[in-house]
This record gives sequence, structure tokens and C-alpha cells, in this order.
Amino acid sequence: MKLADLAQQRQDYSYAFLDAHAKRELRRRILKAIAIPGYQVPYASRELPIARGWGTGGLQVTLSLVGPESVVKVIDQGADDSVNAANLRRFITTMSGAKTTIDTLQATILQSRHRIPEEIMLEGQTLVLQVPDPEPLRGVTADMSKAHQLHADADYGQMWLLLYEQLVRYRQYIQGASYPSLVNGRYIISPSPIPRWDTPKLHQAAHLTLLSAGREKRLYAVPPYTNVYPLEFNDVPFQVEDQKGWVCKTTGVQNKFMNELPQEDGTSQYELSDSGYANKLADTAQSGATYYDDQGDFYHAGYLKPPVIPPI
Amino acid sequence: MLDTSSRPLSPRFEPPQLVTSPPIVRAIGLHKRYGRVQAVADVDVEAYPGEVLGIVGESGSGKSSVLRLLNLEEQADSGTYLLNTPVLEGQDLFALDRFRRREVQIMNIGVVYQNPHLGLRMRFTSSGNIAERLLLTGERTFATLREAARESLSISEFPLNRMDDPPRVLSGGMQQRVQLAKALALRPVLLLLDEPTTGLDVSVQALVLDTLKRLQRERHMTIILVSHDLGVIRTLADRVMVMRHGRVVEQGLTDQILEDPQDAYTQQLVHAKL
Repeated sequence: MKLADLAQQRQDYSYAFLDAHAKRELRRRILKAIAIPGYQVPYASRELPIARGWGTGGLQVTLSLVGPESVVKVIDQGADDSVNAANLRRFITTMSGAKTTIDTLQATILQSRHRIPEEIMLEGQTLVLQVPDPEPLRGVTADMSKAHQLHADADYGQMWLLLYEQLVRYRQYIQGASYPSLVNGRYIISPSPIPRWDTPKLHQAAHLTLLSAGREKRLYAVPPYTNVYPLEFNDVPFQVEDQKGWVCKTTGVQNKFMNELPQEDGTSQYELSDSGYANKLADTAQSGATYYDDQGDFYHAGYLKPPVIPPI
Repeated sequence: MLDTSSRPLSPRFEPPQLVTSPPIVRAIGLHKRYGRVQAVADVDVEAYPGEVLGIVGESGSGKSSVLRLLNLEEQADSGTYLLNTPVLEGQDLFALDRFRRREVQIMNIGVVYQNPHLGLRMRFTSSGNIAERLLLTGERTFATLREAARESLSISEFPLNRMDDPPRVLSGGMQQRVQLAKALALRPVLLLLDEPTTGLDVSVQALVLDTLKRLQRERHMTIILVSHDLGVIRTLADRVMVMRHGRVVEQGLTDQILEDPQDAYTQQLVHAKL
């Protein structure tokens, strides 16, 4: 017997690309993030064969969690077939041998940019969000060491200043994405970059959400069944996007998050942003339960309040 | 002929009514060093309720450093700082932790800087700048914030139809009024003014001083005013401290210091005119 027979066969890459130490570090950081909901845990963001800004944060988390038994769904702006999503999906499966799906309810790991799917995610599923900017305080504090102190002191008064400015100028909250939200009554996170429509879906969710920013080297988590409340004034409740009357041109569905498709004649058509859900409806006309029902009511009754237009 | 026999030869001065109540600000033995520069050396500041204390001195004399210490922006190297309010009585403010210090500063101290960029968010609305003070104390009702901003801006004589303009589009005098409104929003016990009218033209300066004087009269506030402009000091201050090289060289009532300065440096300062 030769030494070469005993040694492990040479591989060009570690399983799931990241080496064992990197994965171990990430898993530790993830555990810490879950233990302190909403706290931004710094981590050593590794180099990957994609550029910063293309989902390296989410990809590292996915690679550290994925196994041969995993079923992975990757979406970008709600679509499974966009270039970025296809690219990441191919990389993950090549490196790990995991299966892929476009069915939200079949996936064990969902990596997403910009959206949380329309169908209610289940216990045991993990949603990995790619985050461009993890720091909710950036809008009010340019100094990041000050921001750390404010987080430590839970001194978040200035965040409402951003909302005040929006109300004064537009008489409604207009922040389109990464709407600041209080997690577990302690830390404010920027659930970036999901739209306001998806922010309530984090509240008391059955699934685990991991948010990871590769360039900023921070990750944070919303564990299952954790309170998440978007910031609002006592007298002006938080609102999701008003898409009343928008009907999907292919499925005829209403009261789900839509993409607006401007037409040549100046009108607009709409289609479901969540393409996996749209495909499911088109194929089987069946789907799992959704966060918003056909009347647009959120599944946690009373969580979203009727709109108020404040007097200026 | 006047009968003088009944008068004592040297009249016994009663302390001014102002001084009969205990001082509201007591900062004793302040020292502050920046690298090799001793900016503040053994300075005592006492101010009484409703009093305007002026601090004068040339550039680099340490007067703004004293103000920064009093505003709890910086830690003194040594010294104690007491604010005589019911909650804080006997508590050395320099000994507080970061969180509590911030809280004390927000609730009790208002400040107006010479440079409005230091005190205001230039790209946020003016009313938002005032609302921020209330937000920091936990106010979360939009209507209340609007009302407070309106009230605060109107007492500092700011035109309310411009309350939602950002300070960067306002004139210098208006910016100072926004700063003043912001400083007064939470009805502080102590108002610190760091060269509040320097850089404004004379007519605007007079208007801002007018507002300050009226507010001081109406609200009976304790004000510590730093300026190198003796005209401003003469208009506002009851008592004056003269600083040089980080030390207090002379202090006393305003007219006494300005009319009859004893210290050589003060004499030079008072007589220095273009």
C-alpha cells in the first residue's frame, strides 16, 4: 500500500467552495446572530468568484449551510430566471450537489434579493437575504462608530426623524425598500432590500431569516417566531405599497406584489413579481397559503392598520 | 445741603438679588488639555438662575473649550460640574456614563453654535431639526412634534411658512433662529450661546440679540454666552468672565468690567477699537 492510496483524493475546491475554517466561522457567526436577534455580527467576508455587490454575503451564508440533501431556490427581484439568480444557483449546485427548485414550499434554503415569496414559508426553511447596506442608522449618522454606540444604547430616536421628513414632504411613509424595523424589541435592522410589502412577513414568521452583507462584512438574523415591527408614529401607522386594483396580466391575481410594465400607449400592465408563485398558479391553479389573501388582508389579523393621512 | 451724616461712609453692599439663590451651574476646577495645549486651566464657572454670564477673550483663550465642557460634549481632564436641578442635585455630570450624560444634555442644556453646520442638519427640514430634540426624549406622536416645532420656531421669531425649508436654503440669521428654536424646544435650564451672532451683518445681529433678550426676560433662563464682541456682551450679559490663555483673568458685573477694568489684559481688550 502506498501513501497516495491512503491520502484523500486531490480536489480542486473544498465542498461548497469555502474551506472548512471559513464555513465554521460563518456558522458560529450565524448562531450568534440568531441568539441576538437583529444584532449585526461582523464576520470575515471571504473572496468568492463573483464580485462584491452581486450577492456575496448571501452566497457565503448559503454555502456554509448547504448540504447534498438541500433543496435550493434562488430568486432575484422575485424572479427565478434572472441572470444573477441563475448564476448563483448554478454555482451553488455545482459546488455542493444540492438540488434546486422554483417551488417556495419545496426549498430548504431560499436565497433572495429584494423579495420574500408570496407563499407563507414553513418551519425549518431558511431564507437568506443578500444585503447591500446593513446599517439602518446611516441616514442619520455618518459616523459608524457613533452608530455602534447608538445600537449599544438602543438610542434610536433619530430614526424617526427620517420618517418625520417623509411625512412632512409626502404625508406618507415613502421609503420603498429596507424599511427600518425593530426586531424583538431591541435592535433596529434595515431589512434591506425587501420592499415595504414584504417587511411584515418577517413578523412572527415560521422560517428563519438570515441577512448578510458581503461587502460590509456583517450578518444579522430574524429567528423564527420573533416580533418585527416597522417603525411608525403613534398617530400615523405603517403602510405597505398601495397596489389596489393591479391585476396580474397572466394569472388574473390581485393583491400580491406586482411588477409594473409600462405600455407604449402610456397605460400600464402588471404581472406578479414572484415568478415561482406565478408559474405554480399557471400550471396547477393551486398554491400554498399566502401572506396576503385575495382581498389584500395580511395573515396576522390586526398587524396592518388602516391608513391615516396626517395633517401638516 | 444734603444730609450725609446718617449714611455710613462705605455702604455695605447687599449681594444682588440674582445671587441670593444658589447657583444653578457650578463647574469647579475645570482643566482640559489637547495634546500640548492647555486649553482650560483651573476655571470655575458659576451661574445663577436667570442670569446671563458672558465669557470674553481673544481667539484661543479657551472660552469655546469651556463651553464644550459645559455642554458635556467633551470630558474634562479634571473638575466637577453640577447642575442644580431637582433631579440632578449633587450629581457630578462628568462622572456620568455615556448614556446618562447624553440624556442629561438633551433634557437640560440647549446650545447655539456660531457655525450653524455644527448644530443643524442642513438637508433636513427646519421643523425636523426641532422635532429631533423631542424624538430623542421618546416622543412618537407626529402631531405633537409638529405642534412643538411650530411653537418653538414662533417664539424664536422664525417665519412659520418656511418651517419645512431645509436650513441650507435659509439666510444666516434664519439659521441661527432655527438653532435657537432647537435649543429651546425642551425648555432647558441652561442655554449655551457660542458666538451666536458672529458672522451676521449688524442689522440681523441686532434682531437676533433682540429675540435673545426678550426670551431671556420672558423665560428667565440661565444663559452662558461666549463672544469676543464686547457689544454683544454689553447688550446681554449681567456678569462677565474674561479669559486668556485658558485662565480667568478677571470677572465681575458687566458695566464694572467694561467701564473700569482692573487687569492689564482686560484694559487692553476694552480699549481695543478700530
